Amino acid sequence: MTKFFPQGRAVVYLLGALLLPTLACAADDPTVRMDALEAAAKSAQSAGDNAWMLTSAALVLLMTGPGLALFYGGLVRKKNILATMMQSFTMMAVITVLWAIVGYSLAFGEGSPFLGDLRYLFLNGVGAAPNADYAGTIPQQTFMVYQLMFAIITPALITGAFAERMKFSAMMLFMILWTLVVYFPMAHMVWGKGGFLNAFSGGAVPSFDFAGGTVVHITSGVSALVCALYMGKRVGYPESSTAPHSLVLSFIGACLLWVGWFGFNAGSALAASGLASSAFVATHFAAATAALGWMFAEWIKNGKPSVLGGISGAVAGLVAITPASGFVKPMPALLIGFVAGLVCYFMVAVLKHKLGYDDTLDAFGVHGAGGTLGALLTGVFATNAVNDALKDASGKPAALGLVDGHAAQIVNQAIGVAIAWGLAIVGTFLILKIVDATIGLRVTKEEEIEGLDLVLHGEEGYTMES
Amino acid sequence: MKKIEAIIQPFKLEEVKTALIAAGVEGITVSEVRGHGRQKGHTEVYRGHEYKVDLLPKVKLEMVVPDAFVSPIIATLRSAASTGKIGDGKIFVATIDDAIRIRNGDLNEAAL
Repeated sequence: MTKFFPQGRAVVYLLGALLLPTLACAADDPTVRMDALEAAAKSAQSAGDNAWMLTSAALVLLMTGPGLALFYGGLVRKKNILATMMQSFTMMAVITVLWAIVGYSLAFGEGSPFLGDLRYLFLNGVGAAPNADYAGTIPQQTFMVYQLMFAIITPALITGAFAERMKFSAMMLFMILWTLVVYFPMAHMVWGKGGFLNAFSGGAVPSFDFAGGTVVHITSGVSALVCALYMGKRVGYPESSTAPHSLVLSFIGACLLWVGWFGFNAGSALAASGLASSAFVATHFAAATAALGWMFAEWIKNGKPSVLGGISGAVAGLVAITPASGFVKPMPALLIGFVAGLVCYFMVAVLKHKLGYDDTLDAFGVHGAGGTLGALLTGVFATNAVNDALKDASGKPAALGLVDGHAAQIVNQAIGVAIAWGLAIVGTFLILKIVDATIGLRVTKEEEIEGLDLVLHGEEGYTMES
Repeated sequence: MKKIEAIIQPFKLEEVKTALIAAGVEGITVSEVRGHGRQKGHTEVYRGHEYKVDLLPKVKLEMVVPDAFVSPIIATLRSAASTGKIGDGKIFVATIDDAIRIRNGDLNEAAL
């Protein structure tokens, strides 16, 4: 997420060509006319960019509610559907408040290379004026609220690991602490001004993460694994575990995720630009081949491709393309997706069962593994033919990834990945210990058997009475 | 009066219901049930996890009829519900002590 200078330079020239005849009849002074022209072009550009970015923000929120809520909800048992959806929904509420008060500042205030400062506490100074460090053509408020949607969905993803067994109060406390300790620093390092890993802001380790492969998927996926291992398996897992209670809901959720992801990735161009188009295409292509990859793997292993496999594959591809989306061409995107489909299938359907941990909804297998894969492949396929925002010492577009002749980028990517893993593991472990020691993490065995909808929320998802 | 309980294949429901009504049965209660018997179940796979499903969907019909109806209804049921394969189902017959119509208190055969 960086400042990209408009490929919409074309817009300026086009508008100039259209407006020039009109203005020629008006004031005679060419300087005045040029100024008016530039202002009009900027205004048109801003309008287009802001419209797209507000739409993208809405699309990303849709990914959480109801996208993720349904995707996860359909996969759990009927007695836990509401509690599972409530976990995503609560993030929409709680993280918003945290972001408004201090989160945006800690992530995007300049501060140190590792964490922002408090200049934007209570969103001080965040209004209609653009913040040129991040997105020079849209109100800073738009940028802030767009980023908020990422902060919402990241902790929501983790809930997949401990579905069907975590206390609601413990979950809320965990998520607040996790967002503070893991998400804000990681977001700052990768996207914040002066961030340690921010290639576009002079970071010491210049890594590329267009829309959050490390910030969102690796942190949440790896944290999910830590949670699954620390909290332990569900009662009766795996012998008496049950199939998804409604793949219909999961299907709907997955499709909402796919469409919403256009806001997630293409919106990370922070403008209605050619780069946004490129990211949109790469995102879609990766989802398609990943779905096919997972389905083919199942077809070969089980004799039948499944619907759950198809939608899981698509999500895996979307995860993997996330860091790469604004850096790679369409054909590599097809490849990245296909590989992600195969790799995540293996992680979820083979390795998890072999190792025996209960990552209930495969948050690690899809997001942790997919994000790691995507972040590394970004180092391979990133090219300045797609994204020329990074300049070298002589002011020309810098070579990005291996395909540009800069294989060393893979090392930078690996460092970013390692930091994400490390922060997630250490941060999550500490927070789990704290929450467990204070209010306890899991519901009792009896409560788990009865079902969280009744126990935690006093409700039933589906009642017999009509 | 006798209660006839028939457990049949779900896809046979329309045919059986039509045949029973044609045979003069006025009241039938239908429920969706799951059953375990000689018919083998199947295995479902979700993200690599195998689930053996050996409780299969069936449909249960219950009807209370005058004693004289029992033999003809059993014949009708067998004719309409049978495919000749394992899993076709079963019929049970039990004696009913009383029958009452809720609306007006009609008793026994008058309530059927």
